[in-house]
Parts: sequence; structure tokens; C-alpha cells
Amino acid sequence: MSGDVCIVGIGIHPFGRTDGLSGLDQGVYAVRQALADAGIDWPQIQFAYGSSDAAGNPDTMVERLGLTGVQFINVRNGCAAGGSALFSAQMAIKSGEFEIGLAVGFDKHPRGAFNAMPAEYNLPDWYGEAGYMITTQFFAAKIMRYMHLHGISQTTLARVANKAFRNAVHAPHAWRREPVDMETILEAPLVSDPYTKYMFCSPAEGGVALILASEKKARELGKPLIRLKAATMRTRPPKSFEVFAPSIDIGGGTATATQIASADAFRMAGIGPEDIALAQLQDTECGAEIMHMAENGFCRDGEQEAWLAEGRTEIGGRLPVNTDGGCLACGEPIGASGLRQVYENVVQLRGDGGGRQVPGNPKTAYSHVYGAPGVSAVTILER
Amino acid sequence: MRLIAEGLVTDDTPPCLIGGRERDSGRVVFPCPPGERYEPVALSRTGTLWSWTIQRYRPKSPPYAGPEAFRPWAVGYVELPDQVIVEARLADVAFEDIHIGMALELTMIPLDPEAADPVMIPAFRPAGAAA
Repeated sequence: MSGDVCIVGIGIHPFGRTDGLSGLDQGVYAVRQALADAGIDWPQIQFAYGSSDAAGNPDTMVERLGLTGVQFINVRNGCAAGGSALFSAQMAIKSGEFEIGLAVGFDKHPRGAFNAMPAEYNLPDWYGEAGYMITTQFFAAKIMRYMHLHGISQTTLARVANKAFRNAVHAPHAWRREPVDMETILEAPLVSDPYTKYMFCSPAEGGVALILASEKKARELGKPLIRLKAATMRTRPPKSFEVFAPSIDIGGGTATATQIASADAFRMAGIGPEDIALAQLQDTECGAEIMHMAENGFCRDGEQEAWLAEGRTEIGGRLPVNTDGGCLACGEPIGASGLRQVYENVVQLRGDGGGRQVPGNPKTAYSHVYGAPGVSAVTILER
Repeated sequence: MRLIAEGLVTDDTPPCLIGGRERDSGRVVFPCPPGERYEPVALSRTGTLWSWTIQRYRPKSPPYAGPEAFRPWAVGYVELPDQVIVEARLADVAFEDIHIGMALELTMIPLDPEAADPVMIPAFRPAGAAA
């Protein structure tokens, strides 16, 4: 195939809680919106990759969309599921096998924290009995170490949440769209120190669909060319610090899957972090956004303290981060979350962000997801 | 004393955590995985706090087997010199006194302090705190 893989259609079902609508329903809703956006009909879709962690097999949606015999492959890959679906879809086009196809993700999780069982992670039962199978606990211990090493304050964590809810006011697909002031965030009950309840995202529901096409096909459709310059998915290196770890190597916590996925994405795109106009970074909790700013190469460890204080990651800042409020404001439907980031980037590159539009006619946008047990997926879009 | 699981600590008085040393690489992990790839090794009883947090809400049961009446507890990662960093409860220390780098030693604490014959779990407390 010559040219780039392009994103020619986007659709989203609002995130949050939608009683009476299954995860699959929300996925189908997003696909129909994406088809309309691309100006095509379902029979023109040549292949699909679908991701869902807890809401059933995505390929069953063919019954709703049309029994065209289309190739439809299901993807489960933890928090990187959506990114993996997108990666697979772009490979299908790059290979020359197909010209136009779909990446779709949806999910619907029960309320409350994710409830993990030790056996699912190859851990002994006592580890769960003692109370350690808790994602929030891990995230808290991880940022506590990072704050100690790099001088990050709890106020900086609160700034991340405060920004997320402010940005989400202008994002129709976000879940929590009311601003929350700094004092309320900092004085809310602690979930796991140093995090208060506003500093964690919640499991949620939602669906996102992206239609990808070869550059030739995209030109035929007459769509603005939003080019997928890089899509990577990587797993963890030695000395990473991951969820549900009864032990860590000495010197651990320094190397991450994100660093690898990010460096490879920049290499493929032939640009560097300084060339990126806006970024969606995995922010399942405030500290994740902080750590991921450095792991993705946008700043050095510890510089986040100044970046946040000076507003450099605000919509009008040097590098706007999580322009739709991210996971903190949208919640996390695992299968859809990574695709939401790319959806938001396409909105921004088209200039359709409304009250949250990044000024200055942005030409590059970056997305990043991270999850258990040390997986990460990155994309770089260019207009 | 009833332990939460077999094979976590040695029979010594006082006991040590049992880690596993990978025969090929020498890498130490905790707990010791089953199988031939790892040989059991007694871990240091003392170390320093690497990171920590407070569990402020009751974990879901299952898998949590602690008491229904929940009181927040501290959990930490403790660096055992030249071996490995292990996860365990923190005991005999006020939350506000916990700090990274503090010297700790192994102890055993009840999962449910109110139980008549409690299940015991490994924990670390400030070094030299009490006999």
C-alpha cells in the first residue's frame, strides 16, 4: 500500500452510565455514527476488529449491522484492548489486503472498583485474602514512590483532576461534566493515600468506533486526511512495577511498557515529543497522567510540578493533555477507552472541539493507554 | 499460630519470609513459586520502606478474608537489602509517622485482631520497636 492509513469516520456513545442499554448496544450506536460520518454504509466495511473486556463478543454485532459476511476479529488485551484493535486494523490496511475497515470498542462494567481474583493473575489465594488484590492500592503505592523520588506534591495531583473536570464541561461524550474546585478535590475522603476520591476514575460504560481507510480510499471519500503515522502496542520490560505485585526487583519501578511503545511510535512517525500539539495520556488516576507525561518523553521526571503549576497542559498551554477530561472525567470502559482517546484526537485535528478546541490549528496528536499487567499502546495522528 | 498460607515463612524463631531464587539468573522473588525453577531462600528480617499507602475502604470479599468491621490499614513495599522488595502490612506505627526509607523488621500480625484464633499474616514494623 502507498500512503498512510487514514481515519475517515468517528463515532461515540457517551461514556458513563446508560441504564437499559447494553455495552453492545453502545458499540452499535458508535458504529452507525462513524459510518454516517464517513458517508458510507455497513456493506462497504471490509473487515472489523472489536474490543470488549466485560460486555460480550464484539463480532455478535453483525446481527445488528447486517450479515454481510464481513471478517470480524475480537480483541481482548486488558486496558490496551482498544489500542490493539486499532493497531490490528491499520495493519490490515497497510498489508494491502483491505482498503477500508472498522475498529470498535465498547464495555459495561459493574459499579465500584474492579474485583480481581488471585487465580486470574496466577497468584496464590492468600494474596487476595490479605487484601492486596486492589488496583487503587497499587496505584497509590506507585505514585507515593514517584512523589518521593521526584518531588511531586499532592496539590499537583489535584491540579490534574481539576483540569480534567474543567475540560469535560465542553465534551458532550464525557461522564462527569461539572467543575470541581481544588479545595473540594484535596479535602475529599482519601481512598488510598495520597489519592482522594476525585483522583481516581471509575469503571464505566461507553462505545467508540473508528473507520480506517487507505489514503487512496480516503481521497475517494473526500474526507480530510487524518493520517495514522504510528500505532504501537508493547509489553513490559524487566524492572517494571505492575499491579498485583507481591514483590518487585531491587531497582524496580524504573522501566515501563509505555517507554518502549512511545519511543517506537516516535521513531515510526519520524518526529519527537516536541512536535506534538496535544496528547491524551492514560489517567486512570491523577498520578498516571503525571508519570505518563515523563514516560512518553514530554518532560523529565519531576518537571511535572512546574508544568502543572504553570498550566502548560491546559487547553491553551504548550501541550494540552486530556482535552476531553480523560478517564478521570469519562470513566473507564476498558474496551473503549483507548479508542476514545483517538476519537478525541480526530475531533481536535478537524477543529471540531468547540469549547475544548485546542487553539492554533493543531496538526499532530498523541494517544497513550497503559494497563495490567504492563501493556501499553500509543498512536500518533497527523493532519 | 495459624498462618494464612503454608510456605510463606520459615519455622525459625523469629521467622523469616521465604523467597524464591531463580536457579538460572539468581533473581529473587516473593513468595517462592512452586516448581523446580526456583529454590527457597530465607529473606532478610530487616529492610527499609520503599513505598506505602493506606487501604481506606474494605476490599471486596471474596477474595478479602479480613473482618467485616473494617478499620483502615497500612501496606508497604519493603526493600530487603540485596534480595528483593516485598509487599506486606505495616504494623505498630501511626499512619502519620510512616515515611519512605524508615528501618523495618518482620513481625506477624492477626488478619482479624478480634478473632479468638486469628489467622496470622506477615507484616513489618519499625525496627527495634518492641520485643
